[in-house]
Amino acid sequence: MPVQGDMMTPDAEALAKAAGGAARSAGQTPLEAGSPEMDLFTGLTRLGDNTLILGHRISEWCGHAPVLEEDIALSNMALDLIGQTQFWLGLAAEVEGRGRDADALAFRRDAWHFHNILLVERPNGDFGQTLMRQFLFDAWHAPMLKALEGSADARIAEIAAKAHREVAYHIERSADLVIRLGDGSEESHARMQAALDRLWPYSGEMMIADAVDLRLAHAGLIPDPASIRPAWDETVNHVLEEATLKRPEGNFAHQGGKQGRHSEHMGHLLAPMQWLQRAYPDAEW
Amino acid sequence: MYAQMVKSEATNDDPEMLAAFQARIDAGERIEPKEWMPEGYRKTLIRQIGQHAHSEIVGQLPEGNWITRAPTLERKAILLAKVQDEAGHGLYLYCAAETLGVSRDDLTEQLLSGRMKYSSIFNYPTLTWADIGAVGWLVDGAAIMNQVPLQRTSFGPYARAMVRICKEESFHQRQGYDLIRKMAEGTAEQKAMAQDALNRFWYPSLMMFGPSDKESVHSAQSMAWKIKINTNDELRQKFVDQTVPQAQFLGLTVPDEALAWNEDKGGWDFSEPDWNEFYEVLKGNGPCNVERIEARQKAWNDGAWFRDGLMAHAKKRDARRQAAQMAAE
Repeated sequence: MPVQGDMMTPDAEALAKAAGGAARSAGQTPLEAGSPEMDLFTGLTRLGDNTLILGHRISEWCGHAPVLEEDIALSNMALDLIGQTQFWLGLAAEVEGRGRDADALAFRRDAWHFHNILLVERPNGDFGQTLMRQFLFDAWHAPMLKALEGSADARIAEIAAKAHREVAYHIERSADLVIRLGDGSEESHARMQAALDRLWPYSGEMMIADAVDLRLAHAGLIPDPASIRPAWDETVNHVLEEATLKRPEGNFAHQGGKQGRHSEHMGHLLAPMQWLQRAYPDAEW
Repeated sequence: MYAQMVKSEATNDDPEMLAAFQARIDAGERIEPKEWMPEGYRKTLIRQIGQHAHSEIVGQLPEGNWITRAPTLERKAILLAKVQDEAGHGLYLYCAAETLGVSRDDLTEQLLSGRMKYSSIFNYPTLTWADIGAVGWLVDGAAIMNQVPLQRTSFGPYARAMVRICKEESFHQRQGYDLIRKMAEGTAEQKAMAQDALNRFWYPSLMMFGPSDKESVHSAQSMAWKIKINTNDELRQKFVDQTVPQAQFLGLTVPDEALAWNEDKGGWDFSEPDWNEFYEVLKGNGPCNVERIEARQKAWNDGAWFRDGLMAHAKKRDARRQAAQMAAE
């Protein structure tokens, strides 16, 4: 139970840790911050929370897309991302070794324990924003998974290989649509440029390493996110040029999602997603 | 049944050609798109296949209503896959209708303006997670009853679309039953949700087969053309006979006090649904008619710039290709 003193605590992470620890079953000590297990758990939830939250966002479109083929494509991608979530969070739970499973991590953590980047929790906006968000993420996701195939942990390499086959289609599709709509009608061009300008400040976070990332990279488990930037830049520059879209000049990057500091949107996303599990904690589904 | 009360169209074709056409149908031959067919046959099929396609599209909405609230990752994936299948069925069916000379955009426009119908069942709300199980078990179960015989329907593209659709629908029905079984075997609250879902979906599911054929002149023509294979009453009986033991297995009560086993007919006696309610739903007075059609209109209107943008790009690309060709020559 938070006390008044909590409000004055500058360290949200420490507070989250304390709250999470209390929520777990008695006798279970949480993983120690900075331990290799905790680092790996954090790294895996970063991967799995990205796919979960983006998959969830895309699934909000179901039945409301501009054309039937897009309804099919979006649910297909959401399905891939939720499938990848099952693997990443499943492995995270195994690494944690505290009796939780992928569902417990997805449906019973509060926002401050989620480690996804801010980009994927951005609201869908119009279809142009949804597509641009997807493209900016896919352009990072595909090379990240490719690099993860070389992880020193065979379990990670295996999940990455499977996911990469799926994501290769995602980037092909989102890049193609960005090009066609950017170089389409006056309105579609304007909407895609507006989407790009709006989302650009959220694209940098996925390529900025923190101490956990660096330790994981040093251990050969998960590559340094900064090492993905050249591949990302190449894809983004090439696609934007063909799409006749102007790459925004600023390099400012909103950050915090990876460390559990999310936008206001996150709570609203989690509320419906976790509602049944929270309202009926004793039920099996 | 995803196509309800399809009015058959009168036909003014040459009597000899009509007789020859009927002889082909009677001999069990398949009619293919480029072959001669009576105008009434063509129009009736467009209406039936179009209505079926629209039902798949609107049917995404009550199930999509729970995708963001599915309680586990696996259930979320199953529901996503199912709704994706429904969209795919819509796509095959629009393609089948297009072989009869009507465009998908044309059919969509008729749906959005209210000139074409979709199945009455999708105007009922999905209020609890158990409803997602009930939709799979009862609604897909009723749809399968109708669609399995349609694999033998006389129009080739429709029959072939049905083969694939039936395979996927059977899968959905099993998944729906599995979901509601988990609820029926779960906590007291889950079991109450399962019973409530059955209470609310039982009669609307029986309505899916349409009113008794005794009152319909259209059924006779459609049956002669083999675009309708069984009567509404036959299918409804079959559905009840299949579903009652499944409900009993779950420990759920079918909300019909008159339900009784009839030894003589080897089937269940049951109460008719409230047909006034059915006609009101068709007229637009169901619980969700307004929301459903507004959701589809919004998707279509909001997506106009997207579709126009793709068309504009395709034109530019063609123009560039032609210019490059001319330059090369």
